[in-house]
Amino acid sequence: MSLLYNLKSGDFAIINGINTATAEQSLYQRLIALGFRVGKKIKVMRKASFNGPLHVRVGSTDIILRESEAKLIQITH
Amino acid sequence: MKRIALLGMPNTGKSTLFNRLSGASARVGNWPGITVDLMSAKVLVGGHIAELIDLPGLYDLHGFSDDEQVVRHFLSNNAVNLALIVLNSTQIDRQLSLALQIRSLGLPAVLVLNMQDEAKRAGITIDIVRMAEEINLPVLKLSAKYGDGYPALLKKSAEVIDQQAEKVSATHIAKRLEADNQIDAEMQAIIERSVQIPTTLNNEITDNIDKVLLHPWLGLPIFILAMLLLFQLIFSIGAPLQDAMAWLLGITRTNLLEPLLSPAPNWLNGLLLDGIYNGVSTVAAFVPIIVLFFLVMSMVEDSGYLSRAAFLMDAFMAKLGLDGRGFVMVLMGFGCNVPALMGTRVMRSKGMRLLTMLTIPLSLCSARLQIFIFLIAVLFEPNQAAWVMFSLYMMSLFTIFLTAILFQGRFKNNEPFILELPPYRFPTARQIWLRGWQEVKHFLSRASKFIIFGVVMVWLLTNFPSNVPVASEGTYAGLIGSFFAPMLDPIGIDTTLAIALIFGFVAKEIVIGSLAVIYGLQGDALVTQMATNLDWVQGMSFMLFCLIYTPCLSTIATLKNESKSSGFMWLSIVWSLALAWLISFVFYQGARALGL
Repeated sequence: MSLLYNLKSGDFAIINGINTATAEQSLYQRLIALGFRVGKKIKVMRKASFNGPLHVRVGSTDIILRESEAKLIQITH
Repeated sequence: MKRIALLGMPNTGKSTLFNRLSGASARVGNWPGITVDLMSAKVLVGGHIAELIDLPGLYDLHGFSDDEQVVRHFLSNNAVNLALIVLNSTQIDRQLSLALQIRSLGLPAVLVLNMQDEAKRAGITIDIVRMAEEINLPVLKLSAKYGDGYPALLKKSAEVIDQQAEKVSATHIAKRLEADNQIDAEMQAIIERSVQIPTTLNNEITDNIDKVLLHPWLGLPIFILAMLLLFQLIFSIGAPLQDAMAWLLGITRTNLLEPLLSPAPNWLNGLLLDGIYNGVSTVAAFVPIIVLFFLVMSMVEDSGYLSRAAFLMDAFMAKLGLDGRGFVMVLMGFGCNVPALMGTRVMRSKGMRLLTMLTIPLSLCSARLQIFIFLIAVLFEPNQAAWVMFSLYMMSLFTIFLTAILFQGRFKNNEPFILELPPYRFPTARQIWLRGWQEVKHFLSRASKFIIFGVVMVWLLTNFPSNVPVASEGTYAGLIGSFFAPMLDPIGIDTTLAIALIFGFVAKEIVIGSLAVIYGLQGDALVTQMATNLDWVQGMSFMLFCLIYTPCLSTIATLKNESKSSGFMWLSIVWSLALAWLISFVFYQGARALGL
């Protein structure tokens, strides 16, 4: 299963799911509220240096999130 | 029974509001004059039980869609006591027309601007007082999702219902429902006068700017450079203004106040001029710089650049147990600690929140900045001044990072870090002006309370008992200073500075005000006199101590309220005192040992 975490800058993917086993309820709700839905296209705009956060675009919303959160988001191509 | 109609455009959160107000008691029912069923509920408003009817969302009261007809027919056949008009704050410039249409019917109404939380995020400012005047209806802000604003809504609704003797007749409304073409033009005019919408750069331009500002290795240096440049800007504009203010306040004293007060008894003269006027005017001279500082900071904040800063700094912050948002709050703390502390409410995990709150009071706030600008002018050459100031900011950051590292074990957290990056925005000139004016007002109100109290106390303590020279060891102030001497001598702080320090506990601005009172001078004369009494090592040690020791009373009160723990408040106070003493000690003894 591919994860958002594995993508590189400039990659596109389709969101396939959020690992709810590990993700807290509040995190899950926040992701939903920001527009992370199964089937939506996601683009990795850039990654910060030193294993910093990722800058992604979902729909028309730009979001930054850490690698630890990116490991919870499953994607397909 | 009283009747309230709930109207609004589609997608304005009207149903959320209806559900909130009606709870589980909503029923579907039939109404005269219309063929569809509407949801209604009995709700308690003020002292009345009222019937709340949820009308279909509509764009235009005079439109031709089915929903719009339903609303017209309902209002023409059922008298109501109140119309609640729900609009989306972020689209107010397109939606106000509905409110105007309802108003022109002569229906008692309250305008509810919902989705306030989103408007805030989009940088939209609505002056509800102005709008209420212009539109001649009560206007309230609401965030139905988060429940902010409900009590005020219910209260206002009860008020409006109580104000009329009986319902407005439905046939009267039916007559008034003739088309009204003036609505559009009127809406434009009102929006222009009471709503400020920032210019939002579109996604393409934002992306291009981000390619530079969020560059993998240039991004952070650019950010630091940008901050430095902004400071440079503030000082090059602010410093001459400050000199001008000080000069103006000085001649006002010599040419106006002194002659005016010369017939007054000595002690009154002393209290008013040497005490209050000297003290307050020394602080007041800083108003230009403070206003500029806040203007620039709020522009940077509103523009969206600080979210970028959070992105750039998060990796580093994570190693300290904080996160990118914490960095933004620390930056805000450089303006004033109080709003920065309140800003930590967005952090859900208590550990993260407390750790961030522990570090924010160590930010070099604008009040402490005033102390440093003043003392640096006393002790250093103009060409050294920028470096000394820079070193103080670096020390502030150092203490923040040190505190985070030392305490991160105690305040563990697992808070996820997800932040939205908005497109870049520029506030309107009017927004900038209003912000600056707000800052001046806050400053003046603080000045009239804390600062006057502080400088009067300093004057009293340094002038009594009156048979001893002013500010000498014999005065009450001197006695207090001697009491603390064992602690303050090793860090080079003498009794006069000690008094200023003690009053700085109340508000940092008082520190310089009290120096003016103690020396009985202000403006250039004060600067010259102090330069002879203080060498740069003592001054620097004093500034380091001022930077780190307890924050002002307002900050401490906010710490206690936000953390809901006196224990935490004391931790912050004791830690900052200890750290301040330690750092001043190392500096002072070290400098003297090196023969400086």
